[in-house]
Amino acid sequence: MASKEEILAGLAEIVNEETGVEQSDVQLDKSFTEDLDIDSISMMTIVVNAEEKFDVTIPDEEVKNLKTVGDAVDFIENAGK
Amino acid sequence: MTHKVVVTGLGAFSPLGEDVPTTWKNALEGVSGVKTIEEPWVEEYGIPVSFAAQVAIDPTESERLSKVEAKRLDPSGQFALIAAREAWADAGFSGEDADSAEEVDSERTAVAFGTGMGGVWTLLDAWDTLREKGPRRMLPMTVPMLMPNSSAAAISMNLKARAAAQTVVSACASSTEAMEIGVELIRSGKADVVVVGGSEAAIHPMTIAAFAKMQALSTRNDDPAAASRPYDTERDGFVMGEGAAALIIESEEHAKARNASIYAEIAGTGVSADAYHITAPEPSALGATRALREALEDGNIDPEQVVHVNAHATSTPVGDIPESLALREVFGEHTKDVAVSATKSMTGHLLGGAGAIEAVFTVLAVHHRKAPCTINLNEQDPQIELNVVTEARDLPDGEIVAVSNSFGFGGHNAVIAVRSV
Repeated sequence: MASKEEILAGLAEIVNEETGVEQSDVQLDKSFTEDLDIDSISMMTIVVNAEEKFDVTIPDEEVKNLKTVGDAVDFIENAGK
Repeated sequence: MTHKVVVTGLGAFSPLGEDVPTTWKNALEGVSGVKTIEEPWVEEYGIPVSFAAQVAIDPTESERLSKVEAKRLDPSGQFALIAAREAWADAGFSGEDADSAEEVDSERTAVAFGTGMGGVWTLLDAWDTLREKGPRRMLPMTVPMLMPNSSAAAISMNLKARAAAQTVVSACASSTEAMEIGVELIRSGKADVVVVGGSEAAIHPMTIAAFAKMQALSTRNDDPAAASRPYDTERDGFVMGEGAAALIIESEEHAKARNASIYAEIAGTGVSADAYHITAPEPSALGATRALREALEDGNIDPEQVVHVNAHATSTPVGDIPESLALREVFGEHTKDVAVSATKSMTGHLLGGAGAIEAVFTVLAVHHRKAPCTINLNEQDPQIELNVVTEARDLPDGEIVAVSNSFGFGGHNAVIAVRSV
């Protein structure tokens, strides 16, 4: 089971690969849309990659609730338990 | 009034090089871009043809494409954007796009691009993903990456071309027909600047297997560099190529107002359709002849003024003959004085990108007064009575015209005529 830190690092890697946002900018309190300028299609791409990487399921209807990086980290952590 | 159309920028990402200077140098030196495909899938699926003309470098290594851009584009779109950016830079605009270049109006800047198949790799990868991993693993960018207009859209977005972003899909005539559309946009006054060209990235085990089953491909697996041999008695099919090329065309007054360097004029275009057979060219070449005549008439060109032809010549046993008949029909006795180059002997067949790379060659041939090579011509087919350029050859001084022909599955015929300036 991945720790919160490992999930954040993994997520930052995905965000960087898909959008070019620096990994160091991917922090728990950052909003995907407001702070990181990630559009909905990029967000869905990040979700698909995160599901694969962390072996979890993030339902499509849940994605709109993942407003910040912290929301996503928490969801992935709980989904993997 | 009708506006005169000139070429001010060139870009290429091809089997002969990652840019125009390298590609052109190799075309003059007779270098083959055809090699054995070093991919596990050749053996894994028992693909009967084990070679192709793949692009000279991995597009993700190009300095003209970022890592994130590469992830959001099918290889066909990657090639297209790299070539378009080179062409834009070559045209010498003052900014990196139509918004930042003050001498360009983005609402009068257009794109007209061709492709034969669009995002083949993206489409088939997505189908594999669906079958192996299910719908949850589908990438959301799948559709925008596979759609055939993705190259025109990527160029439009990146260069801020807002007048139009059009796509032509007519197999191997696609990019020459795209140039015809670009020329009309300028002539009619709807645009000042158009990025024209075409792209293809279809060297996939499925397409090779399918073309091979049509018996369209050369099977010279033991000697790939000698496989593409237009006009030679031993030719046995075409060689799959890939890549993109782009040209910046603009109205002459727009180019002159900004003191641009002008390579040549696109003096005329001609198109026709065979209405005959889905793959076979009409044997007496009536359609090809009409397209060629139309291009010359469109440019007020006397057939005697034409000194060079970049032929479609794919190296298939039946395909190379009708084009030669069309040339003889239009040029008559003058045919013997026309230097004919079959550059697919080096680049392979770029399908929807073929007309674009060959237009770049034709423009450079007129500009530098040098016809590029036709390699692998050991014994010319006696049915093909043409003056073929086997080693780069000087073209005459004075006003000269060259034509480039493209013909596609479906009976599409397209010709452009390029005049020296």
